[in-house]
Amino acid sequence: MEWSWERIPAEYLVTDVFVCRQGKVGKRKGFLHVKRGRVEGLGVGAPTLEGVPVLDGGGLVLAPGFVDLHVHFREPGGEEKETVASGSRAAAAGGFTSVVTMPNTDPAIDNAGMVRYLIQRGNEAGLVRVFPTGAVSPGRRGEGMCEFGAMVEAGAVGFTDDGSPVRDGSLMSGALKYAGHLGVPVITHAEDTTITGGGCMHAGYWSARLGLAGMPRAGEDAAVFRDIELARAAGGHLHVAHVSTKGAVEIIRRAKAEGVRVTAEATPHHFSLDHARCRDFSPLFKMSPPLREPDDVNAVAEGLADGTIDCIATDHAPHTATEKEYQFDQAPFGVVGLETAFAVGVTYLVRTGVLDLGGLVACLAERPARVLNLPAGGLDEGGEADFVLLDPEQEWTVQAADLRSRSRNSAYLGETLRGRVKATFLRGRLTWRDRLGVQE
Amino acid sequence: MSFNEKAVIMNAGEMARAVKRMAHEVVEANKGVDNLVLLGVQRRGVPLAKRLGEAIRQVEGREVPSGALDITFYRDDLSRLGPAPQVSSTEMPFDVNEKIIILVDDVLYTGRTVRAALDVIMDWGRPQAIRLAVLVDRGHRELPIRPDFVGKNVPTSQREIIKVRIKEIDGTEEVVVGEVLE
Amino acid sequence: MILQRKDVLGLEDLSAEEILGTLDIAGRFRAVFDRPVRSVPIMRGRTVVNFFHEPSTRTRISFELAEKRLSADIVNFSTVDSSFKKGETLRDTAENLAAMKIDMLVIRHSSSGAARYLAEVLKCSVINAGDGAHEHPTQGLLDIMTMRQRLGDLRGRKVTIIGDIAHSRVARSNIWGLTKLGAEVTLCGPPTMVPGALAKLGEHVKVEHDLKRAVADADVLNVLRIQLERGAGKAFPGNREYHRMYGITGDVVRGLKPEAFIMHPGPMNRDVEIASEVADGPRQVILDQVANGVAVRMALIYLLSGGDPGALAGGAQ
Repeated sequence: MEWSWERIPAEYLVTDVFVCRQGKVGKRKGFLHVKRGRVEGLGVGAPTLEGVPVLDGGGLVLAPGFVDLHVHFREPGGEEKETVASGSRAAAAGGFTSVVTMPNTDPAIDNAGMVRYLIQRGNEAGLVRVFPTGAVSPGRRGEGMCEFGAMVEAGAVGFTDDGSPVRDGSLMSGALKYAGHLGVPVITHAEDTTITGGGCMHAGYWSARLGLAGMPRAGEDAAVFRDIELARAAGGHLHVAHVSTKGAVEIIRRAKAEGVRVTAEATPHHFSLDHARCRDFSPLFKMSPPLREPDDVNAVAEGLADGTIDCIATDHAPHTATEKEYQFDQAPFGVVGLETAFAVGVTYLVRTGVLDLGGLVACLAERPARVLNLPAGGLDEGGEADFVLLDPEQEWTVQAADLRSRSRNSAYLGETLRGRVKATFLRGRLTWRDRLGVQE
Repeated sequence: MSFNEKAVIMNAGEMARAVKRMAHEVVEANKGVDNLVLLGVQRRGVPLAKRLGEAIRQVEGREVPSGALDITFYRDDLSRLGPAPQVSSTEMPFDVNEKIIILVDDVLYTGRTVRAALDVIMDWGRPQAIRLAVLVDRGHRELPIRPDFVGKNVPTSQREIIKVRIKEIDGTEEVVVGEVLE
Repeated sequence: MILQRKDVLGLEDLSAEEILGTLDIAGRFRAVFDRPVRSVPIMRGRTVVNFFHEPSTRTRISFELAEKRLSADIVNFSTVDSSFKKGETLRDTAENLAAMKIDMLVIRHSSSGAARYLAEVLKCSVINAGDGAHEHPTQGLLDIMTMRQRLGDLRGRKVTIIGDIAHSRVARSNIWGLTKLGAEVTLCGPPTMVPGALAKLGEHVKVEHDLKRAVADADVLNVLRIQLERGAGKAFPGNREYHRMYGITGDVVRGLKPEAFIMHPGPMNRDVEIASEVADGPRQVILDQVANGVAVRMALIYLLSGGDPGALAGGAQ
């Protein structure tokens, strides 16, 4: 039987690929054997199996499907920005086979029914595994705790009021304890808004120059410190979302050394861009936490390299063009990131020597899965066949029209990046095939 | 814009004689110098007005005040003016109300500069009369304007250019005719 | 060509030559004010829209006067923050204006960068009349004009700006303009109002939190208005404390160099940032600033109109 992209067979071999897993890219070409959505076998060389179609990988890198611990799919309530379906398409195009959705929708994901609803919407789209997080507090109002137990039973993988911090320290402490005993983390959007309130970009030279209200590093550092101390005392698992300051990296590094159960993620924009990008007042560079200074950018990258920061998460935050056409201080925070994450990683981490390709893939696949204990991110015999084919050398220019997300607010529009996701497979089925540059 | 000089049509001596004759005509037409003031249009009209004033003083033995008029903000061709409008200043050392003003310019051509100058003067007050004195009248009027005192009438084609050179501004003293080279 | 641009959005963008050229033209316009007829016809038939998206009396009147004295047709258009925020984006507004074929837009907006955004979207000329805490180029130019009238060449001159620099577009425009002309700028105020990062704006910009030291060898004090509604209690303890620490009092003035003078962009909070004694005293040049403001705005409008025939032909896309 011949390989066909149009009708992916139930059983096939992918050969002529460099298999990348557990932080290493195979030195010799290898293969992946998929059968009924599962990994039947993988290794070096190219076995011949009678009657099994072969996909010739053409020397691409084959890696586990990526796992994003931080996406905003906006459903329900923000469907003009993104839906689970459109977000899933963007995720697949970015090489992701699993995503963790944030609960700051309207209404918020603050009960078991909503969690089930999101999982169901994910299944309907069928392109990516959707793992919802739930809100810490009903309506994300910062008062009282949601029914964590029922929500975990329904499938919630963590709790967060992301978008806003949990201001009330005793609520945070309680949430850490309570979620801890259920075996899931509290994910903190670490920001002391009494320090950052009213700000729209990093407080520093550029905010001073542009006359824009600043968000000092201290707002993040203080919040990370508070939450780590609460976690230390509570014994629960704290996951720090979108780390952006060198101070926060240092605080996390120390806490980890001291045995606190803390994990952390960083976004591609925080390890690649700095606050000078705001110089033209483009809201495409407005995010929370904001783009910081070059030494923060370097500290975040080093944090990924030494494992202080466990993984890369995109904080994919779609906004409609209209919203991004407001002037900088009025525009909403956030940018899309699913479709550029791998390329930004290759361009800003691999090519700069911070990580090798295996390390980057680990930050996008195995390591995030481990943070939330997700049944994803690996490529093991008998496990589900979520995998990607990558071309780490291909250059491409980010163009709004090529993005699959319903929103086009990318911080990399017009930028030429290196590294391309050529195909994505979920449970052995094709969810994305790159047509960029293909003459048809 | 390059300029191909063809001929000198007035030399320094001829220019001086023309100014002197105009001085006589002004005094004659005005029956003296009572109420008389001179206003030169920036830039070459200004030294010409001073010279005319000096010539009148030699005829009549009395000083005639002299001022300068900048018409930049009164032009009717702002959009075609394009880059670097040369703005100089207006100096009006007298009250124009009820005066007889002799407006002085180097070359009279389309009449648009004079039109603008009349508007400037009117914004300073209400003179009794305004007369026009020019060193060269080259024709091709686009407005119903006519000089009262002329140094020299020079028939020209529209492709030609008249250049008046004045010692104070150009370092030499002559009037030349030339052609624009495309 | 004096201004090599379609828009004037900030003094950061202008060269020293452009600033001096504009001030030269402004000087000519000031002379016009002494005539019985204080307007000139040069902008006849041109339409200027004053779009004020933030309350302002002085700047708007000054622009209006400048436009009227150039014989332009004027449309004034104000919006209040709240009604605007909900529906129309700035882009919607801009496109509406463009469709009406205007020649020039003067914009005051509470958001930093708003003027720049409109300039990118619109084909007509845009003059920034103040955007957030970013720039207020016409104020900067009139301040510089006033200084030059007294001091001539500003190279090596010392200008001290006192007040809430962090939130001041006037300060930023002053800093850019003055340093381009070779002046040395000292920024003075409490650390809450004068972030140290501002010293990085230029080689000849320094931050000095002590008022005495900041004014000791100053040629000019540019005293900013304290926004009473903003930051009191967080940025500074209160008006009385501010006056005590940073107010320009008779005593402060008596300690200045004999020829030093005081500027203020108005409106003044008497006995907060400036003592009445000083505000009414012989060392202030506030009314010169006001008169120069009209002249500077005339000059910019005039220069931008002559410089871009394309924009004058239509304005809209």
